[in-house]
Amino acid sequence: MADHPLPDAGVAKEWLRAMLLIRRFEERAGDLYAKGAIGGFLHQSIGEEAVIVGTVRALRDTDFLVSTYRSHGHALARGTSPDHVMAELLGRVDGVSRGRGGSMHMADVSRRFMGGFGIVGGNLPIAAGIALASDQLGRDDVTLCQFGDGASNQGTFSETLNLAALWKLPVVFLVTNNRSGPGATPARHSAVEDLLRRAEGFGVAGLRCDGMDVIDAYNVVGDALRLAREERRPILVEAATQRFRGHSAADPDAQRSDGEREEWRRRDPLLTFARRLVAEGAITQEARGALQAEAAARVDAAVAFAEASPEPRPESLHDDVHVA
Amino acid sequence: MSRTIRYREALNEALREELRRDETVLLMGQDIGLFDGAFGVTEGLLSEFGERRVRDTPISENTTVGMGVGAAMAGLRPVVEMMTINFSLLAMDQIVNHAAQIHYMFGGQARVPLVIRMPQGAGHQLGPTHSHSWEAFFVHVPGLLVAAPSTPADAKGLLKAAIRSDDPVVFIEHEHLYGQRGEVPDLDVDHVVAFGRAAIRREGTDVTLVGISRQAMTAWRAADLLHAEHGISAEVIDPRTLRPLDLETILASVRKTNRCVIVEEGWPRGGVAADLAVQITEQAFDWLDAPVGRVTGADVPTPYAKSLEQVAFPHEHDVVTAALATFRDI
Repeated sequence: MADHPLPDAGVAKEWLRAMLLIRRFEERAGDLYAKGAIGGFLHQSIGEEAVIVGTVRALRDTDFLVSTYRSHGHALARGTSPDHVMAELLGRVDGVSRGRGGSMHMADVSRRFMGGFGIVGGNLPIAAGIALASDQLGRDDVTLCQFGDGASNQGTFSETLNLAALWKLPVVFLVTNNRSGPGATPARHSAVEDLLRRAEGFGVAGLRCDGMDVIDAYNVVGDALRLAREERRPILVEAATQRFRGHSAADPDAQRSDGEREEWRRRDPLLTFARRLVAEGAITQEARGALQAEAAARVDAAVAFAEASPEPRPESLHDDVHVA
Repeated sequence: MSRTIRYREALNEALREELRRDETVLLMGQDIGLFDGAFGVTEGLLSEFGERRVRDTPISENTTVGMGVGAAMAGLRPVVEMMTINFSLLAMDQIVNHAAQIHYMFGGQARVPLVIRMPQGAGHQLGPTHSHSWEAFFVHVPGLLVAAPSTPADAKGLLKAAIRSDDPVVFIEHEHLYGQRGEVPDLDVDHVVAFGRAAIRREGTDVTLVGISRQAMTAWRAADLLHAEHGISAEVIDPRTLRPLDLETILASVRKTNRCVIVEEGWPRGGVAADLAVQITEQAFDWLDAPVGRVTGADVPTPYAKSLEQVAFPHEHDVVTAALATFRDI
């Protein structure tokens, strides 16, 4: 990662702040889940902060972001208040989705965060459709669609890449290849593991980035967005990542060896990026500590807000089934 | 003033008028452009509106509907054609998990003004994978609107209403009806039929026949037979849309006639007729002089052989028999 120069100190500091917020938020969410305060599934993004922040910071405000069932980090990075993300996790009326969606279905349409989608691979056609709308309406917005390597074996992966290439749609497919669905490694599921080769077969050019390096993710995704915007074509970016937890909070994460986990921990994107900022003088050690404390305090406030938010009234059960 | 045109032509007019009226409308589907649609519904639209707005798609139903969902979320009003209702099952994830639920699951933030058109129905010897009638699958799903027009006028007016709706609409056409003619208001009329209003096709006093999709026509013919051969006055109601459902018009009729038979082409178990029969029984029990009758498609995969296929879906004599059965205790 030393290949890339640091961005301006202010920018670098903001990225670190955003990454810290996601880490602390997800840790607290895990605690609350263990206590039973959060129901259902909880898919955390711990270890994926670099690719989330790098990717989202490469977007323009007018670009569209489409995520998966692992959607808290994207909402936070896009600027949604941690208060409302936490309230959604607790199933409260002030949740981003008013308590209807939960962990897997965060959305903040006002920020063009078009949703977390719970069906693996279900978000790809939707992202391509959003890109189609941009194209049709004469706007130069790009849609960024994030998904995990597991989605690449859904029919929607091949169908969507084919159509996006055929119709020259401005969409960037970002595959976070954490090589770890629940109980799954790619070699057990994919005859051709190289996702760039598979994309090429559908006429979609591919790029690779180090998903553990926020600067690399920012640069490569930025290139992909520029190509999609200017050349009106889809691009696939494969980001090699590693979560530090199982697939969901209910996954024991047994299929990875201790050595493998230890190796990836040494690459913890928060530690490596923060150390580098200090080493190169972008921030002081004290400032780093202050950012950590700030993130923890912000998450404390979010939890307090969420706990104070009322549960949706039972009488509101039928609200928003239809627009009209 | 009105003209007599075919159901297929009425649908074509609706699409053409809405494409002209609103530039955010676009069509997607297999063979809808160069080939004018498998049943000719989109004839001439590619040449008038161009390939950006009339888009031939590959055989990728789930992704085509999903792209419609995304495009609808971002400001377009897509109309996606499934070549037949049977192929809609390939798109069920996008229709049910996504189109129907996005508005609710995001707390009202996003809208999905998408229309998914699909023809259904038996009678053309297309065998088990191309002949079914599946209103029930879609009626089951909260978040969807479901239309099943039986006349050219309703086909046109409901499709225009569907395209203008901010909710996702499953628009069920019938292969047998495409060539049928009917009165449709003149082209200078903006003919829109509101969802949720049943049509009384024939007034009567002795028994209520509720017919769905093509079976509204079957029920109508059965009513003529009941009158001519048995002196029975049947009222024929076509719900036209099943979500929302105009239950009140049906109940008002049942309170008048005290007898009811529901006719649908779909399978009997978990069907639309079963659902309607329960609602009528729950809300008009004291007015009923006989159990609500049902005439449905047979509980089998629709077969190929003509002799088998013809007995696998309702005809007017089946409806007459079921209607007479509601008088058996008199």
